[in-house]
Amino acid sequence: MSEVEETLKRIQSHKGVIGTIVVNAEGIPIRTTLDNSTTVQYAGLLHQLTMKARSTVRDIDPQNDLTFLRVRSKKHEIMVAPDKEYLLIVIQNPSE
Amino acid sequence: MSDKPHKKNTSGKDATKRRKSTASATSSQKSFKGKTKTTPAKKEDTPTTPTGSATESGPPDDIFPLVLTSKTQELFQCRADEDLTQDNLHKIIKKEEILNDMKMRAAVSDFYPVKQMVMNYPGEELLLVFDRDFKYGQSFYLVGTEDTKERILHPPEPSEEEGVEEEDLMETFVYKTPEPKPWESLGSDLDIEEESVKDSRCKHRYKISRKRREFGAPVMFTDRNASVARDGYIECTSYPDKSFCVTKMEMDTGIQAVPQLQETSTQTKWKYPRNACTQYVPREFTDEEKENFMNSQSLKDFINSVALRFEIAVQQNEIMDAFFDDWKALREDESTFGGKTDTHLKEYQSFTDLYYSKDKAVSCINWHPTIYGIIAVAVSERLSFEDRINLSAKLVMTPSLILIWSFSDPIHPQLLMECPDDICCFEFCPSDPNIIVGGCINGQVVLWDISAYAERLQSTRTGGAKHTPAAVNALPGFEDKNVKKTPIVRYCAVSSIEHGHKAPISDVQWLPDYYEISRQGIPLENKNGICVQIISCAPDCSVYFWDIRPPNTATQAMTDRKKLEEKHLQNPQGIPNTFKHLDLTWKPLIRVGLPRIETSGEYSALKVSLKDIFQEGRLHGITDKSRAAKLEKPDGGFDYRMLRVPSAKNLKTQEDISTTFFVGTEDGDLVYSDFKMEKDSDSGKLTSSKPSHCFVIHDGLVTTVKRSPFFKDIVLTVGGWTFAIWKEGVMNGPILQSSASQKKCTVGHWSLSRPGVFFIGKEDGNIDIWDLLEKTHEPSQTQNISTGQITCIKPWIVSSKQHLLAVSDEFGTLHILEIPWTLRHPSSNEKLSVTNYFEREVKHLNYSEKRREFREQEKRDMDAEELRRLSEIVHEKTAEQLEEEVQQEFREYLKLEKHILSDMGLIKPAEDTPLPGV
Repeated sequence: MSEVEETLKRIQSHKGVIGTIVVNAEGIPIRTTLDNSTTVQYAGLLHQLTMKARSTVRDIDPQNDLTFLRVRSKKHEIMVAPDKEYLLIVIQNPSE
Repeated sequence: MSDKPHKKNTSGKDATKRRKSTASATSSQKSFKGKTKTTPAKKEDTPTTPTGSATESGPPDDIFPLVLTSKTQELFQCRADEDLTQDNLHKIIKKEEILNDMKMRAAVSDFYPVKQMVMNYPGEELLLVFDRDFKYGQSFYLVGTEDTKERILHPPEPSEEEGVEEEDLMETFVYKTPEPKPWESLGSDLDIEEESVKDSRCKHRYKISRKRREFGAPVMFTDRNASVARDGYIECTSYPDKSFCVTKMEMDTGIQAVPQLQETSTQTKWKYPRNACTQYVPREFTDEEKENFMNSQSLKDFINSVALRFEIAVQQNEIMDAFFDDWKALREDESTFGGKTDTHLKEYQSFTDLYYSKDKAVSCINWHPTIYGIIAVAVSERLSFEDRINLSAKLVMTPSLILIWSFSDPIHPQLLMECPDDICCFEFCPSDPNIIVGGCINGQVVLWDISAYAERLQSTRTGGAKHTPAAVNALPGFEDKNVKKTPIVRYCAVSSIEHGHKAPISDVQWLPDYYEISRQGIPLENKNGICVQIISCAPDCSVYFWDIRPPNTATQAMTDRKKLEEKHLQNPQGIPNTFKHLDLTWKPLIRVGLPRIETSGEYSALKVSLKDIFQEGRLHGITDKSRAAKLEKPDGGFDYRMLRVPSAKNLKTQEDISTTFFVGTEDGDLVYSDFKMEKDSDSGKLTSSKPSHCFVIHDGLVTTVKRSPFFKDIVLTVGGWTFAIWKEGVMNGPILQSSASQKKCTVGHWSLSRPGVFFIGKEDGNIDIWDLLEKTHEPSQTQNISTGQITCIKPWIVSSKQHLLAVSDEFGTLHILEIPWTLRHPSSNEKLSVTNYFEREVKHLNYSEKRREFREQEKRDMDAEELRRLSEIVHEKTAEQLEEEVQQEFREYLKLEKHILSDMGLIKPAEDTPLPGV
């Protein structure tokens, strides 16, 4: 467990990182550094988006798969890494 | 009638019967019959002689055999064998006689069978012939025609053998069967042959049938391409028939224009609205489950596999912003450069009151924090102290006022606020814009409450009617005559004269609502959520902190309480009693002194600037409504009487509020001090600490000490002929100090939207606009606003498109100017650039400090060495050595001269590089 924590802490400590969320396959958050309401919102929405993105990639080429999803917005960047069972979400404020 | 033996005896009356019956016993009779029946031309019959002879063949048509009775014979004298014998066979009987006979004897008459013939007989006389041989079957016969009569009476000459035969035959009637003769063709058979149809050959007979096994078999049709097989089809193609070409000249058609209509209908289910609601809660895991997950191996693997990607991505973002559009950013810079030509401050509006602000100077301007278009101006007399004393009697009569202007009405002020004396400075309360604090010349702090007129101000903002609702509802004749006049609000509280300032208050400011100062000068948490404290300073070398809350009753002196009670009774003029608790008994909370650092005495403060102070220039809302809510009165505003100064122990100390402040003095110094009270070790009293730094910088009064709205530690000070920019923490000196300008600088203010821009007002009515990123040695723009001295500058942001600058002068006019786009729109990264600039300047300052020290050190060293050198024995130099030295010196001098002259461009260097060919 500590290994997991350590890695998450390492990612969290980067410059500009606002929050980290670990989500299970159904979109229910497991671990987060943000407050509850924000976490739940991010988890639900990004889970759906990731599923959509993954299905898009696989539709185009069934042997392909989604490895990483980055959504850049005006205020910050959301990064999602999907897996069979889990989803890791990191929100970062990119350098100005 | 003689009967022959071979003849049968038949009744004469039955002649007709005989004639008719074909069956006859005798062949001769038969032949008669045959004869009578057949025509003479018939083939079959035995060719008989042409029946010219009546006797031979059967009775011809004109021969009528008769049977005559003896009586008839007697009558007509034709008795057989008497009258009529063989030689005289004929007897002529008159037709009349026969007819008479028939008439007389009717049916019994023997002539009755031939009655018809007799009647038709053309002639007069009929021939009766005795037929002895019974040629015609009877003994007599009557001849029916004349011709035959003639023939019989006068028989023709016998010419041929036929005639002979005739005679022979007439005599003996022997029937002979006609002999077959060969047919003689007379030409008719040719025609017949032509017409008749005969088979040319015998008919062939064919029988066609299918194969036996195909009988009853199912039919199978197949397609056949008709065009492929030759003659598979016969076509009758159409062709243009030239012979038949009729052009249609007219055609009768009927047209009806009918709009296309379509009728459709649908039936929708009527859905009635029903109130329904759902409440949902996101699914979450319990802590236990989360723990389980965290400990699971799968999560570990996942994190390990995924972490690297994140590291790369996050680092990427840190290094560089991949989506930064350099091109666009470049364009932004360019557009500000030469694009807009409008760089001047445009006059938007100007306010002056002919009555109230005549011959007066504007001492202070303030924008209304919440209502757009409302600006308050304090006007004061332009008199020196001496003049004031001299004219004091007159001045008492004319009230001092703060005018509140609205953009909608440039001629009449909306509200007048009465002050006890001229106001030097005032400010709106940030949390409650209806409360205004002002500092008077007489050292009093004044409070106004304009809640009653807030609506009026609000309505004027919309350019609305001047009539208040009261006027609309008033009856004619009973109108309040003063309704149209500008209302005057009297101040509702003034500070206590004994405890207040002893010099005109030069600066007054509200403390922000997130902290309050305790009696020890320690910033504490402000539970009220509204501004409750005021800082004021005056040239009596003091900075006071005031609290608008009613003081604790314990600390109040008896005398004050008495005064309070007295004041309760009187309330003329309808002043709001918001601050009744403070009126005339108001004492400052803290008194901060400014003792001089090195010498004795104190600094006379003119302007003060705290670090944690409200930033003006923007419309605020109430900062913390939740805390302020319990203080709100039902009709708005806050009930300040409910507030109590809390005990310092109950409140949390705010660590991040700094207690230091800058003070600008009358002597042109900038003093940096701390308002935290120290406990004096000797007396145990609380005293203010000594200022840490004092900078002698300006050559006149410091009129402005203002913090930059972008940088909390950058301070602008304006005084005398210069201005300076300071950074808090850098104690060496100002980061930037301007050179002395031609005219005195009277006021200064930072721009609210551009970090590197500020405005300086001058004595001659000019405004200098300085842009630190453009030029630092002179203003980037100068604009003349008025002829008199600029007394106050206050910028204001109305919207992103409109930034206004309020400028007042000493003639009492308030000018509102619009800031052009170039001055209000910050260039990209301006804040960063300005920050960098300041840092550079600080570094430069430090460096120059260091260099100065170094230089001084060096100088000292050099001086020391010089002394040393002089103290050494001066060696005698030989003449040549001296001359050489002199020569050397001269050469060096020439070189120096040449160098200087070439630098100045007066002489050209010796070798010129040849100019390139054109």
